[in-house]
Parts: sequence; structure tokens; C-alpha cells
Amino acid sequence: MSPKTLYDKIWDAHLVDQQDDGTCLLYIDRHLVHEVTSPQAFEGLRLSGRKVRAPEKTIAVPDHNVPTTLDRAKGIENEESRIQVEALDRNARDFGVHYYPVSDIRQGIVHIVGPEQGWTLPGMTVVCGDSHTATHGAFGALAHGIGTSEVEHVLATQTLIQKKSKNMKVEITGRLRPGVTAKDITLSVIGATGTAGGTGHVIEYCGQAIRDLSMEGRMTVCNMAIEGGARAGLIAPDETTFAYVKGRPHAPKGAQWEAAVNWWKTLKSDDGAHWDKVVTLKGEDIAPVVTWGTSPEDVLPITGTVPSPSDFKGGKVEAAQRALDYMGLTPGQKLTDIAIDTVFIGSCTNGRIEDLRAAAAILKGRKIKEGLRAMVVPGSGLVRAQAEEEGIAQIFIDAGFDWRLAGCSMCLAMNPDQLGEYERCASTSNRNFEGRQGYKGRTHLVSPAMAAAAAITGHLTDVREMMAETA
Amino acid sequence: MEKFEKITGIAAPMPLVNIDTDMIIPKVFLKTIKRSGLGVNLFDEMRYDRQGNEIPDFVLNKPQYREARILVAGDNFGCGSSREHAPWALADFGIKVIVSTSFADIFFNNCFKNGMLPVILPQDQVDLLMKDAEKGANARMTVDLQAQEITTSDGTVIPFEVDAFKKHCLLNGLDDIGLTLEKATAIDRFETMSAQSRPWV
Repeated sequence: MSPKTLYDKIWDAHLVDQQDDGTCLLYIDRHLVHEVTSPQAFEGLRLSGRKVRAPEKTIAVPDHNVPTTLDRAKGIENEESRIQVEALDRNARDFGVHYYPVSDIRQGIVHIVGPEQGWTLPGMTVVCGDSHTATHGAFGALAHGIGTSEVEHVLATQTLIQKKSKNMKVEITGRLRPGVTAKDITLSVIGATGTAGGTGHVIEYCGQAIRDLSMEGRMTVCNMAIEGGARAGLIAPDETTFAYVKGRPHAPKGAQWEAAVNWWKTLKSDDGAHWDKVVTLKGEDIAPVVTWGTSPEDVLPITGTVPSPSDFKGGKVEAAQRALDYMGLTPGQKLTDIAIDTVFIGSCTNGRIEDLRAAAAILKGRKIKEGLRAMVVPGSGLVRAQAEEEGIAQIFIDAGFDWRLAGCSMCLAMNPDQLGEYERCASTSNRNFEGRQGYKGRTHLVSPAMAAAAAITGHLTDVREMMAETA
Repeated sequence: MEKFEKITGIAAPMPLVNIDTDMIIPKVFLKTIKRSGLGVNLFDEMRYDRQGNEIPDFVLNKPQYREARILVAGDNFGCGSSREHAPWALADFGIKVIVSTSFADIFFNNCFKNGMLPVILPQDQVDLLMKDAEKGANARMTVDLQAQEITTSDGTVIPFEVDAFKKHCLLNGLDDIGLTLEKATAIDRFETMSAQSRPWV
């Protein structure tokens, strides 16, 4: 048998049918559903008199629209948002899928809830009407976002019509230096390859620096595979993965656990497997990074300066000028001189317990800059509860952060958590697009530790300097 | 799904690279539970000021491009979120074809589910079409899916590639779900087999 990549193996294990032209029907093991991209799909089922084929493999949770303020039990003020969440309540009930309503402590961002509850397992195919489904690739699951028509297709058939993507290997060799995190890895990769660098490919992340990451860190890396244009990101499962999965509510148990682990251990790329594209970065070379522009590829080490449009070529010249105008920045300006007025810690990229711990480690015994708005939005009710138990919540509160309930919040600002016009935010989320966090709002993507450092000083800051102070 | 065979219309130039789905349809418009009516909010933050007045400089607000049916765009069009509201908004405005050097994967797939055709061409040919589009309302292009050709206003013919199955579905307006359900036996068989080999799923 010819050597296969991890992607090849998962693909082959889910192939239902293959047409002569290479169009395939792929079986879907887990379908995650949220309120924004599903109402039209459920409506389509109703209109055609179809059912959900595998409700036991379908998991729904509201996250995009939900308020994160402590008084949210009183309901959603915005009528359209409320209608969307109510539609999910009704659809989940009518079609009999698993459901975590807003009132459930397990509610949270769909990509945090799935792994937390053990729905996401190695070797699975996982889809969701959300581009950050790539997150689940951290488990060695083939996971990607789909549109609403495909949501309806999966609901009705538990399959997806697909053509196979190419294989891309991203290797991070060696070890990360202190102050450098999974977020810095994933942003640095996008900075190196561009937002279209992974288009048409499934990325497998490998190398010592990836192996050394916790599951939380691996999820952060895979989460932003989509920002690099890739269909999905994957990391081969190992003992770290098995330890995370074991004992979760929907993980296999007893004899099935043993059988599962035996299969999961085979889920790695064979020596000599074919790669269509290979990118290698040295872990030692990666610095804490920030974005300066309006595309996730606009990445620079925090020690850098704002670039000039003349540093770029082709269509990127105009895009860079537009980004500088939008962001209100001047070429040559030191990144650490950029003052901010908001800090957001949360999202499916960085809303897990480890992210909160990393930020709290910097914030402990310190206060945020006067006048700054800072909020931390845990990725799920369970992350929030754990942070409270560990005393992390109190560190945030003492530092001056607003301690919120779980949801997508200011990552995409569909709920009331938004930037005002020209407000500038250090954000642990995944997109710095124009208007993403609010009309005319300005976003700098950073790691949780870097966000915490910026909250203290009121400007973008090299977290390593604060670590030296702590030590 | 509506059939797509051939269209002739005005092409609007948008040379900006990395036009993302947040630009195409900002999130405030994702709160709808319908597919229709999004055209008026297409490119909302680029197209209107805060008071809702049109920004005259924006390409689709210019008199010659208000009826555009084709968009010629910069690299990596449709990057960002999976929102199908992006193709819904474009189609509702009247745009059925987008030409670029590359598209984000999910957006690309979403187009085909909505009777729309995204066309990938090399840079020099996109440049040529961009120049043609810049001529304005008198420069009408024809996009012929059956022949896999774009004809510019001066008669230059540019061939393009398209996936055979996707072409077949577009030409015949086929519904994916209906097609897949014809393979229900194969899905049943897979599930039976999978229950044996991966019972934990």
C-alpha cells in the first residue's frame, strides 16, 4: 500500500461513494449547529418534508447572538437575535437533536463545547456552518466549515459532496521561547504563507513545537487554519489527545475506549507520504506577534514597526494603504507605541481555560490602565466555572476586567459587545477584518498573554518585558 | 435551484485583494432567518455612510455599474466566514458570476449551491477582464457555462475551467440533496459497516 497522510486516512475511512469524475460522498460523524447559519436549513427540511437523518450525531448550541452580561436570563433585547435563538430552540426540539440552551451551564461557543463534551474524537469527520470548525482538527479529526445549503444537506443525508483537497505540511521545529504561544505560531504561519496560502489544501501541523502544545494550544493553532485559506487543519492524535478525551461525557468507555485508542494510534501520516506543499518554521524564530492591518496575514513581531505600502507588491499595495487608513496608523510607527482603548479576551480561538490562565498569570497583582475597557468572555459555562474555582476569575475582576458569561461576543460583535467607531482593541479573536468587531472598529490580533500585557499598559506591549518584571 | 446557462451583462471591477465575507455582508444582516432580501445590504459598510446615504465613489453606486451582473475581483475573494449570506446577497443584488485569481474554499462552494458561477483565471486574464470592466456600462461581457467561455466587449474569448459535476448541476439547476438521496442505499451500507468498525461514533 502506498504511504498515506493523516488526511488521506480519515478521508478513506469516510468515503461512501465516488463518482468517475472524482466527486465523492463523505460520511459526517458529527454535525455541530448554531443559531445563525441553521434556520434556513431547518426551514428547507420542513418545506421538503425531510427529517434529520442522524439526530444523535447532531449537536446544537446558541453562541453567536447570546448576550454575555450577567443579567442575560432576562432575555435577548434585540428582536432579530431573539428570534434566531428561539428558532434554534424550536428546531432542536422539533428535530430531536442534542441541545445546550442558553440556560445550561454547558452552553458556550460551539467549537469549545464540542471537544469539552467529548463529541469531537480523533479520526472523525466534523462539520458546522461556521468557518472555525477547523478547531476540531486539533484532535486529528477532519473538520471544516460549510455553508447553510450544506448544513441542510448534512441534516438530511449525514453526508457531504466533496472533492479531495491537496495535502500541505506545516512543520514547526524545535521549541518555543518564553512568552511565545500557540496563537503566535498560528499567526506567524499565516504571516508566512498569506491568507490564500492554504487554499485548496488540508494542512497537517507537525514538529516538536506542535507536539509540545496542550490540546488547548493545538485547538488555537487549528482554529486559524481557515485564516490561512486551508479547508482544514489537522494534528495527529497522541497521548496528549487521549488524555484530554478520556472520561469526557461522550467519549467511548471500557472496551470501546480500548478499541478506539488502538485505531486512533494508527492515525498519523506515513513516512514517505506525498505532500503537495511544505512549509517549515523554526519554533525558536517565532516571536510574540500582533496584526497591524485588516487581514490576518498582516502579522509582525511586537518589536517591529508599521510597514509602508511600498513594502508590498501587486494588489497588496492598495490593500495595505487601505488597511493603514482604516487602522489609523503611520508607516514607521513602533507597534508598541500603538495605544488601545479596549481589550477582549475570549472566542473559539482563545476562550479556553489555558488561555484564561495565561492572561491571569500576567494580570495577577496588577491593574488595567485607567479608562480602558477590558472584558473576558469564557468560551463555555464550564470554562467559566473552572476559572472561578481556580481563582482566575477573581484575578481578572481585581485587575479591572469585566467577567462575562459564555458566547462568541466581541469576536464578531453580533451581540451588544461591540467596538465603537475608531475604537482600538487588542483582541484574542481570529479576524481583524474591517468592521469585524464593530463599525469602523480597529482590531489587533494577539495572544491572551499579550492582550493582558496591553490591558495593563494601555498600548500594544511585548509581554516578555512583563514576564521579566514578574520573575 | 435556478439554472445557470449563459448570461450577458455589465461587469463591475473590484480590484481589491482579500475581499472578505464581512465586507460582502456585515454581521448585522446575518440575524435574518430568511435567504432573501439581502441585496440591498450587499457591501453595506463600503456602500453606505452611517446615515444610510450611498457613498458615490463605491463601484456599485456608480450609475454605470448599478445593474452589474458580473464582478471582476482581486485575489482571494470571499475569504473569512462560512456565511452563505454572502452569495445570497450577491445573487439578490443581481450578480451571478464572480471572476478572480482565487476564491476562499467555502465561499466558492456556496456559490454553486445558489446558481452562481465563480470563475478562476490566471492574473493576466483577470487583468484583461478588469480593464474591460473599467470601461463601464457599454462594455458587456458574456459568460457561457456550456462553452466554458467569457467573451469580452471587444470579442476576445477567454476559456475557463469548471468542475464537471458542478457544471452539470448548474446547467440543470439540480438540487444536491435530491441527488444524494438517490444514494441512500450506499449511506445505509456505510452506517451498518461503521457501526461495526467504529461503534463509539
